[in-house]
Amino acid sequence: MMLRLSNRMWKWAAGILAVLLLSVGAYAATSTADKVVRTAKPEIVIDRSKSGDKCVEETSFMRKNHMKLLTHQRDETMHKGIRTEKHSLQNCINCHASTKNNSVLGSNENFCQGCHTYAAVSLDCWECHASKPKQAKPATAPAVAASVSAPAIKVGADIK
Amino acid sequence: MNDSQPSPNSSNEVDEHRRNFIGASAALAGLTVAPGVVVYGLAHAKPDNEPVTNKVRWGMLVDATKCADGCTDCVTACHTENAIQTGALETDPHWIRKVELKDMRTGRSQSLPVMCQHCEDAPCVDVCPTGASFKRADGIVLVDRHICIGCRYCVMACPYKARSFIHETLTDQNPDVPRGKGCVESCTMCVHRVDRGQQPACVEACSKAGHNAIIFGDLNDPTSDIAQRVAGHPTSQLRADLALNPGVRYEGL
Repeated sequence: MMLRLSNRMWKWAAGILAVLLLSVGAYAATSTADKVVRTAKPEIVIDRSKSGDKCVEETSFMRKNHMKLLTHQRDETMHKGIRTEKHSLQNCINCHASTKNNSVLGSNENFCQGCHTYAAVSLDCWECHASKPKQAKPATAPAVAASVSAPAIKVGADIK
Repeated sequence: MNDSQPSPNSSNEVDEHRRNFIGASAALAGLTVAPGVVVYGLAHAKPDNEPVTNKVRWGMLVDATKCADGCTDCVTACHTENAIQTGALETDPHWIRKVELKDMRTGRSQSLPVMCQHCEDAPCVDVCPTGASFKRADGIVLVDRHICIGCRYCVMACPYKARSFIHETLTDQNPDVPRGKGCVESCTMCVHRVDRGQQPACVEACSKAGHNAIIFGDLNDPTSDIAQRVAGHPTSQLRADLALNPGVRYEGL
């Protein structure tokens, strides 16, 4: 009885060992053949003629903190009616909307969607907020004019 | 801020807004109206970086005797401004609606717009379990969609049926008016326009149609048109028995 059992156990052990060896071998073969594949970083093109040279803050700061700025501004605007343009979502969209589809969404080439897909962070903003810039910079918003006037001049110069 | 006042552009600097504005050839017809609007806006707009205060209490006065039967310009203007799409479904949002009142004995009928009454003691604010429904310091009652969980308690609490729930996914929102599925919403008194010193869309449309049935202004400013009208004429509140002190008043009811 004992012998028969141990015999079967030996067979099982040999089988498992063989499978393990095979799989390790296969893995070693594939990993040496081609390198570990990472998700490609998004290729995002920003239209500099529209946005000017730089963002409202340093790029490295924005990468890490844009969500904090947006959340802060969101509460200020919603509850206190503070509508400064600098850190507003609309200001982001105005510069970062793709020239192809005039939006920050659409494909992984688009500014917001591209990075958020890469980072696997869901984007809830766009369930309510428009992902496109305002149709025309309204003549009805004079208050905004002062804060954008500096880059605006630059843009004008570029066009000329 | 004051630099942006429309002035003769003598230098070679190109103002982007001017350029864009002139570039939009379709808008040329509005050119004569726009400067007037801009100047008016500058005179009354608060600086962008300052919070609203309770020194101001925004309000509206609806003159029911001037409101034309069958005219829905205010409703249309509201839908256009706030990108509200309606397909005549029962669940469609309505921020402002025309109501017909008829005295069955005399047969006299009246037509008037009803929207969020922007109460001082708003029941919707009272019942909101998350604090999403709130009153701004200047008296405008709003829903913070970032906090709203869509429970619809406020819809039940509002005696004016002013609130709607959004059942469907929305697209093509006005960048100034974020709206989306799963939240409750109501008339914002065009808060994005008011903050810029403009009038709500319904008020503008009504005066454009020549009725001037709705006027908008600061109830706390004794020199304002609305405050003088409220002080000098008999006006009424809808459901005054509830003592909510609405910001929207009616005349000629």
